[in-house]
Amino acid sequence: MQPVACAHCGLPVPADRQQPDGQPSYCCSGCETVAGAIEACGLERYYTMKETEGASPASPTGRSYDELDDPGFHDLHVQALPGGLLSTELYLSDVHCAACVWLVERLPFLRDGCHDARLELRRGVVQLSWDPRHVQLSELARTLDGLGYPPRPACDSNQRERRRSEDRRHLLRIGIAGAIAGNVMLFAFALYSGSFAGIEDHHRALFRYASMALTFVIVLGPGRGFLKGAFGALRARRAHMDLPIAIGITAGTLWGAVNTLRGTGEVYFDTVAVLVFLLLIGRWLQHRQRRRAHDAVEELFSLTPAVAHRIEGELTRDVPVESLRLGDRVRVLAGETVPADGELISGSSSFDLAVLTGESRPVPLALGEQVQAGTTNMSAVVEIRVETTGEATRLGRLLTLVERAAERRAPVERLADRVAAWFVVAVIGLSAVTLAVWLWIDPSRAVENAVALLIITCPCALGLATPLALVASVGRAARRGILIKGGETLEASSRPGHVWLDKTGTLTEGRTAMLRWQGDLIWLAAAAAVEAEVAHPTARALVEASNCPLPPASGVIVAPRGVEGTVGGQRIQVGSRAWLLEQGAEVPAALSAQASAWAEEGVSPVLVAVEGQAVAMAGCGDPIRSEAADALRQLRSRGWSTGVLSGDHPAVVASVARQLGLDPSHCHGAVSPEDKLERVEASAGSGPVIMVGDGVNDAAALSAATVGIAVHGGAEASLAAADVYLTRPGLEPIVELLDGARATMGIIRRNLAVSLIYNLVGASLAMCGVITPLVAAVLMPLSSLTVVTLSYRSRSFPDTPCPSSSSPSPSP
Amino acid sequence: MSILFIALPIALILVSTAITAFWWAMRRGQFDDLDTPAVRILHDDEPPNPS
Repeated sequence: MQPVACAHCGLPVPADRQQPDGQPSYCCSGCETVAGAIEACGLERYYTMKETEGASPASPTGRSYDELDDPGFHDLHVQALPGGLLSTELYLSDVHCAACVWLVERLPFLRDGCHDARLELRRGVVQLSWDPRHVQLSELARTLDGLGYPPRPACDSNQRERRRSEDRRHLLRIGIAGAIAGNVMLFAFALYSGSFAGIEDHHRALFRYASMALTFVIVLGPGRGFLKGAFGALRARRAHMDLPIAIGITAGTLWGAVNTLRGTGEVYFDTVAVLVFLLLIGRWLQHRQRRRAHDAVEELFSLTPAVAHRIEGELTRDVPVESLRLGDRVRVLAGETVPADGELISGSSSFDLAVLTGESRPVPLALGEQVQAGTTNMSAVVEIRVETTGEATRLGRLLTLVERAAERRAPVERLADRVAAWFVVAVIGLSAVTLAVWLWIDPSRAVENAVALLIITCPCALGLATPLALVASVGRAARRGILIKGGETLEASSRPGHVWLDKTGTLTEGRTAMLRWQGDLIWLAAAAAVEAEVAHPTARALVEASNCPLPPASGVIVAPRGVEGTVGGQRIQVGSRAWLLEQGAEVPAALSAQASAWAEEGVSPVLVAVEGQAVAMAGCGDPIRSEAADALRQLRSRGWSTGVLSGDHPAVVASVARQLGLDPSHCHGAVSPEDKLERVEASAGSGPVIMVGDGVNDAAALSAATVGIAVHGGAEASLAAADVYLTRPGLEPIVELLDGARATMGIIRRNLAVSLIYNLVGASLAMCGVITPLVAAVLMPLSSLTVVTLSYRSRSFPDTPCPSSSSPSPSP
Repeated sequence: MSILFIALPIALILVSTAITAFWWAMRRGQFDDLDTPAVRILHDDEPPNPS
């Protein structure tokens, strides 16, 4: 698609908001509403360059949001302010530009009782405060919805407060460190020029004492984190990145302090102060990147407390799922998710269990049978008596399994830590040797040379090498539609190992479509006409496949396994072979044999009978993603072995494996979530294990795998459990991720090599007593500079941002 | 050059003032959101909320 400029503000319009030819497109609901308002006031001449007829108002979802007024929701998400006011944060969809800010922040003028609305543009979060005596939160939510910004609750208030103070602490540390480091540098200028041009002793002492005081402040204040980390590592008897840093900082500070007090020798306070400042910036960059990925995933979570329609006497009331109690009666409409485990007490319908079992076909359930939370009601309105809620449901137990798998996961051994461990031992050993040897040769220079060694081998570059390269890559990946929760993921997926893929929704599109047709195409339109009003996925697939204006159908009767109606004066029956035979229709033997053959390949046959004579047959199933075969081939060519773990029927899995050219011995069907977890853990012996999935049934496996990848459109639980989330449909991003990971590790290795060689040369010079601590302090930043430049100049992921539209699929 | 004995403490006082100002701004949430205020300035002033 061509990039289209917003008819109001001129910014690019996201693909999903682009209108067909002739209609103005808007980048967001804000622009659309403003354009509508301008037109309503007769000011459309404002757009002299464009025609604005047909600017439709924003499209509200029309939900009631009653669940936002429930006490259960208030306990979790709402804070009380002084003066009887309440406050909460809501995520808004589609917030883009200044017009959105304007529109949302008009809320206090639109609704009495709303005191304040502040929108944070980057995250799309609005902070509302309102007076509960005048207005209810649901009313404000409906107003926002009416403006075209459907709200969803943001994270709970405790977490929000914790994050805010954490962010502020980070920034404050950097601020203090920066101010002090700058001043210590200025003092150092005076001292350096003094050592060349001469300086009076009492002036020199003044600068040195001032530097010393400031350095103690920076080391014990903002730099305390490094000392703490190092101390913790010492107690745990592990070498940690913080350890060499802490030793460098402490040695520099103490040796400088000793020289200051003695009044002779060199001081290195400027080096120490700037080191702390730079390291803090490195940490902050990492922290911010992680937070951003985390925010993006959390927003996708759509944390809306899933609403349940509780039946209270004659009425139904929308309540959050959390406030459901044992024995409550709940109504579940067609297309909705079941809120709790329970028994069907009214109506019968078919349920999509894919989220729990991975089975792609809906399962019919009748009165008195058990339904489970998280499954989707496909066809008819039913009532359920609640038996278990929350964590006790099957879904809840699966989620507990996810948490346990996450705890059990072996910590990724980080390359930098591994290098650092040897590095620390080597540096400390070498400086001890230097001290000893020089004490023997020339005791007056012994300490000086040992300190020069410590300073020139300062792990500054080593400390920056890994985080900078990771941050740069994670940022680039995000622009390509790959959200990575932590930099370690890149390291873990850089070596080839085993990839397990889920079938439903990952290798396939996760929806029912018509794959084959046998017979005259005329009957497809007739069959679709009969199925037009039926919500069953097979019916929808037929209607979609017919792709033409449908003739009217009359007298439609919907049975559990088939549909009957009259089109153009002819009686049409659409359904399974067994049902047609039950209805007394004739099925030719050839068609019957073909149906059995299709069923064995995992394609469900749907027969069409005209006037009691079967004439045509549609094969319905879950279509394989067009790019899946290509992506799998690329994975294999990179040395990864591939396999399928699916909860679906083994015949279906085998058929998919055949079509994709996968080794059938690595493709397992009818695998329960627990089995998936087991298989993933079992294959962990040889190299990293990557699990790719989308459903709740994959979540435990995602979390147990070395790297869990949740594909576009996955369930909440899979997002929470995965390390990587793809915002782009399809499987190509996985190949891109693996390539990027390898490139990133290459960059990191090069960075480490550069800084190690640098340190090696510096260390030998220092040990020979060729360079003084002063020269060491001047040379040291050069290695960091090299590393920083190398990190940002290298391309790990392609540089172009990916199109936000769905991936271009080759037309068949 | 004895002026240094006065200038240097003044410099330190300035640094601590700057840090205090930064800390104050941080506490007031000035750095919490760096994007929205830049566009909020484009909005016309509204009459105060009647409530």
